[in-house]
Formats: sequence, C-alpha cells, structure tokens
Amino acid sequence: MQASTLASRCMPTVPALARILPGGGLQSGSSYAVRNSATLAMALLAGPSATGAWCCVIGVPDFSAEAAQGFGINLERLILIPDPGSQWLSVTAALVDVVSIVLVRTPEHLAPTEWARLKARLRQRGAALITLGSWKQSDSTLGVAESAWEGLGAGSGHLRKRRMKITATQPSGRLRHAYVGLAELQGTADGTVLPGAPSLGDGDPAGSLFEPRLMKSS
Amino acid sequence: MRSTLPAAPTATRTLMFWCPDWPVTAALREHALPADTALVLVDRGEVFACSPAARQDGVRRGLRIREAQARSTGLVSLAYDASLDERAFEPVTAAVETIMPGVQVIRPGLCAIRVKGPARYYGSEEKTAGVVVDTLAAIGLTDVRIGVADGPFAAEQAARATDQLDDDAAPVVVIPPGGSPWFLSSYPLEVLEQPKLTVLLKRLGIRSLGDFAALRASDVRNRFGLEGAVAHRQAGGLDHHDVVARTPPPQLDAVADFEPPLARIDQLAFTMRTKAAAFIDTLRGAGLVCTALHVSLHTESGEVSARRWQHPRWFDADDVVDRVRWQLQGANASDHGLTSGITRVHLVPDVVEDLGDHADGLWGTGPDESIHHGLARVQSMLGHSAVLTAVIAGGRLLADRRVLIPWGDVPAGSQSPGPPARERDQPWPGRLPGPAPATVFADPRPAVVVDARGNPVDVDPRGLLSADPAFFSAGSDGGQRPVHSWAGPWPISERWWDPKGRALHRFQLVDQSGSAWLLLLEDHAWWVEASYD
Repeated sequence: MQASTLASRCMPTVPALARILPGGGLQSGSSYAVRNSATLAMALLAGPSATGAWCCVIGVPDFSAEAAQGFGINLERLILIPDPGSQWLSVTAALVDVVSIVLVRTPEHLAPTEWARLKARLRQRGAALITLGSWKQSDSTLGVAESAWEGLGAGSGHLRKRRMKITATQPSGRLRHAYVGLAELQGTADGTVLPGAPSLGDGDPAGSLFEPRLMKSS
Repeated sequence: MRSTLPAAPTATRTLMFWCPDWPVTAALREHALPADTALVLVDRGEVFACSPAARQDGVRRGLRIREAQARSTGLVSLAYDASLDERAFEPVTAAVETIMPGVQVIRPGLCAIRVKGPARYYGSEEKTAGVVVDTLAAIGLTDVRIGVADGPFAAEQAARATDQLDDDAAPVVVIPPGGSPWFLSSYPLEVLEQPKLTVLLKRLGIRSLGDFAALRASDVRNRFGLEGAVAHRQAGGLDHHDVVARTPPPQLDAVADFEPPLARIDQLAFTMRTKAAAFIDTLRGAGLVCTALHVSLHTESGEVSARRWQHPRWFDADDVVDRVRWQLQGANASDHGLTSGITRVHLVPDVVEDLGDHADGLWGTGPDESIHHGLARVQSMLGHSAVLTAVIAGGRLLADRRVLIPWGDVPAGSQSPGPPARERDQPWPGRLPGPAPATVFADPRPAVVVDARGNPVDVDPRGLLSADPAFFSAGSDGGQRPVHSWAGPWPISERWWDPKGRALHRFQLVDQSGSAWLLLLEDHAWWVEASYD
C-alpha cells in the first residue's frame, strides 16, 4: 500500500508513545489498532486533544469520561456516539471529515472497498483513526504486552501506579517496545523519563522501578 | 451649565388606558385561575402584588409572605415574573393596535395613545374611549380604566380617578381641553413621585399641585433646577413627554396547520420544510438568528407536546425540521405520548440573537463551524440523543459520575457551572481512590468470585469477608482467573435512609496477567463495575 509517509503531518503525541510509534508520533491520515487497552487508546487521544483537536469516540459505550479527563483529554471537545447501530461506516466517514481523531470499536465486518474509501478519506482529511481491538488492515498495532500494578496487597491498599510494556508493530512487521508508567502516559510523571533511559529495542530491564512483577499478558 | 427644556410646551391630547393590578391579572390568566382567587405575587419573600380578594383580607404590598398567609387563609402565592407581565400584555397592545395606530406601552398595564386622530375618526374622545373598552372586553379584559387629558401625566391621573365614578358608569374620565391644570390642582404632591422635592415643597408650605403650579416657572427653575421645572410643568398640566408610538414588532413565530391531520413523520417533515424555511427567512430578514426554539405539536385529540430545543450555534431550516422530527420520534416510540394525527405545529423562537454577533469571520470561523455541521448531520442520521458530550458529575459509583448530554443541549463554550459541577465538588465518601479505570461498563456485567476451596465469597451483615478471594471470572470470556492481589470490601451505602437506597461493597482485584478489575458485591451477587485495561 502506498504509505502515507511522504506528506503526512505528525500530531502532537505523548512523548512516551512517540518513541515507539512509526514516524515518531501519530501521523494524520494513518490508522492505528490498539489491541487490548482502552488506557492506551486514551493516551493516544490525549496529545492532540490537549492542543485543541476535536476527538470522537464511536461505538464504545464503556468509554470512561473520568479517565479521559485524567489523561488531559478536553471533554468539551470530545464527542461520544455510543451506538452508531447499522450506520457505522457513514457515521465514521462523516466524523472523519470534521474531527482530527476518531476512536472506534473494530467493525465486525468491513468490505475491502469500503475500507479503501475510508482510508482515502482519512488521508485526504488528515485525520487519524484508532480502532479498539486488533485489526489487520491498520498501519500500526499497539498493545500492552505486560502490565504490573503497585499499591495493592492481599486485602489491603489500593491501586496506585501501573507500569506497562507497550509494543508497537510497524507496517514492515518490526516490533518496538517501551516500558512506561501510567503517570508518564498521563503526562503527570514528576521527571519525565530521560530520552535514552528506557530505550527501544530488546532486553530492557527498566521494569525495576518497583517490585518487578511484570507478567505475561494472556 | 444650563440645560434647556423644549421651548414651546404644547400639550398632546392623550388617551391613557390602565389595567389595575396587571401583574395579578396576568398571573390569573396565565395559570387559568378564577378571578376571585386570593392571589399574591411574591418577590424576594415579600408581597409584590395582590388580587382584590386578598386585599379584602388585609393583605398589602410589602408584607412578608408568612404574614400575608396568616391574614388570608387559602392564599395562593406565586413567584412574581416580570417577563410574564410583558408577555401577557402583548395581546392587549396588539388588539388596540388593530383599531388605532400609535400605541405607546409605558409599562405593562399602562398604555398611552395620541387621541386626536382616533377622536376625529370615531366622532369624539368619549366614543374613542368606548371603542377601546369594547375591544378589550372582546379579548376578555373587563377591568380597564381610561383617562383622556392634555398630556400623559394628566391622562394617567384621570384614568386613576375613575375609582370615584359610579359602578355602572363607563370607566372613562375625559378632562376637556385646557382643563387639566384645574383637574390636577387638588392632587397632593406625592403623585409627582419625586420624594425629595415633595418633602422640600411641603416644608415650604406647598401642599397640592395647584399651589405648586401657581409658582412662577422661572423661580421654580432657579430654585429647584431641571427636575423641579419638569415637575412644575407636569403640575400645570403641561407634560414635556410626548406619546412615542411603538412600531409593532415583526411576527417571528410560525404556525403550520394541517387539514386533514398528518399521521406520518415523513409527511410532516416534508410539509414543514417550506414552513421552516419561511420561518428562518423571517428571522434573517429581521437581522436575527434563533438559538433556542420552542416547538409545540398539537394533535387532533387535543394533546400538546411542547419542548424547548437549544442549538450550539443557531437554527437553520433543516435543523428546525430535524427538531420537529426528533420531538415526534423521541428517544423511543412511546416518548411523545401522542395518539392521533398532528393538526398544528407552532414554532416560537425562544432566544433570538443579533445576526451580527454570529456572523462568520472573513476566513470562516475555523474548524468549529464544520464540527457543528458534521455533528448536525450525524444527529439527523441517528437522532438527537445519539451524539453526546460527557460531563463529570458527583457520585460514588463510576457510572453515576459520568453524565452524557446530547450535543447542542448545552451551548458549546458556555462555562456555566451547572448542577453536575456543583455536585462534583461534594466529598462523596466511598468514592474510588487512585487512577480512574479506563473502561466503565455502562451495564455492569455479572461476575463470580470464589475462595481457594471453590466456595462463593460473600460479605456478612457486619462487613466481614467470608474468605479471601482466590479465583474470579469477569466479563464475557468466562474463564477462571487466579487473584494475584486484592483489596476490599469497601462499603458504599447510598441513601441508607431510603428503602430504594443501595448498600454495596467494592473490591479491586488484580489477576495473574496484571490487569486490574473493579468488582461490586450487592445482595450476594457480584458485578464487574469497571476494568483497568
């Protein structure tokens, strides 16, 4: 597929994610699939929303507005369409025309021709599409491979901090990953991580910030 | 500095008609109460106006509401609404304007008309007054007083003087031309409504308007300044006010009648299209845009469905048709509760703003304009309540803290702290600490939590856990997940004083894969409230 690398703009992205995304950030006109994490999808919305871009969430009735606010998403510029019903494609296409980022639940069925038209529209309008759930046609797939929580014991405490290993698959099939904390995604970390410290590539022991209980995600 | 009065004071023969106790009359008409109701209108805890029945019981203006209720049992009290006065007086003005031009509304309930022209047309000033009384009687307004004199001030006093007439005489007092000074001469100074001047004049030994008018104009002017000179002229029956006729406002609302009644929404939408375009064109012609619209639908069997619609920008013709359609469709089929065909659609612009305030910039108003268009399109596809914006409200359960508002119900950019924002600042004991979960299930999903031996985990009435949770299944996949770490039970009791209140226990669980879940235990049943995915 003719990639949109040539003339595509980069949208502002949370630094922790910009490091592993192809092209160094959210590219307008591209599509991203987030495999298993609404948190990650919100972190992708947060960067553009904080700079005044309009976001739209289609077909995700369980989207938590409170968590979105925690990520710095401007709720006044967030449109929710929990139930587009059978008009998924026309609603998504109509919103791709006007908003910068559209977050959708992966459609159950989308004909290749329809996807090609939606893709062309995305590129023309300079919007980015994020699908929640894995989707082969997307330019890049992100997911939380490992996750660990701090603060919860056996019957005591409450969830405080989270560390995640986030992987991003490039269109070429190359896999990049990064270890990030939830606070980094929310942009509230005290010292945002040094550029080189939790590096890309393999064999990174950065999970030692607290008790390394990173577990393989099922 | 010398400011000057108009040089040649010429009196304008004026007809003044006055509806006594207009706020009360308006409230009685608005709420369809019988005329002999003991009614008071309350403004800031005090009686603002009272009906004759209440007055007979000793209720007076300025009484505290408790005192008024003590004096008159069976007192009906309503909040005073100044805009209601204006609104209810509008048909009265319109009715008089159909028979004679040049009506000036001094305040709701009191109107001035230049009487020279109508008097020539109807034959005399008395006959003109009679015509006004008959016209107002035809719209159901029986208590009207009319005074005719030289100038508005004298005419108003003449209208008030109708109290002294016999009951069966027509409530009309006509002071012959040039007779106003004589008519006013016996009035006390208080009618000038200038308290400081009145006190001063009384100390000087001047008790009535006649005494005051007898002073030389230049002396009054030198001693009391401009206000004194104006009052002096009024006392002498020469009013510097002239009757300034109002221009009747353009008719902005639109009514569409259907005969035979329409039973299908698409028929109605199709027919309304031209009507809505004409409605919007009228507004545009008056240099206005409508930002809030009142739509009422009348059916053949007399039902009325009325609703106020707001628009994030302003209504155009398609938006109006959409609102009519949505009002009929409602959120579900039974929403509007109408059982027969639509006979009439009434569109009233509720809030109009100047077109200039909403004009597009030289290069358009940027992306927001296209957002409004795009969302309006989606709304017309899916319905008004399918496109939502979220507001964080107060509450203990996560689903309560999310309030979804249809796009356009709160105008974009209005930062008014509504009830959600006020509620949010309350303490809400029992709310969730730590980071908010990203997925909050709109409908909680059933879950199962068991201990190491496979028995269901429960909490006894004293809030003690039967056993530590060891395995749980959450969501649709149904697989048993081992509990890695957990916390709870955190009791939440909502409205414990109310039988409908809820008592729940909340748990946080982390499974072996590192995903965290928020579970609720209510009435021995487990539910997944949210997931930290």
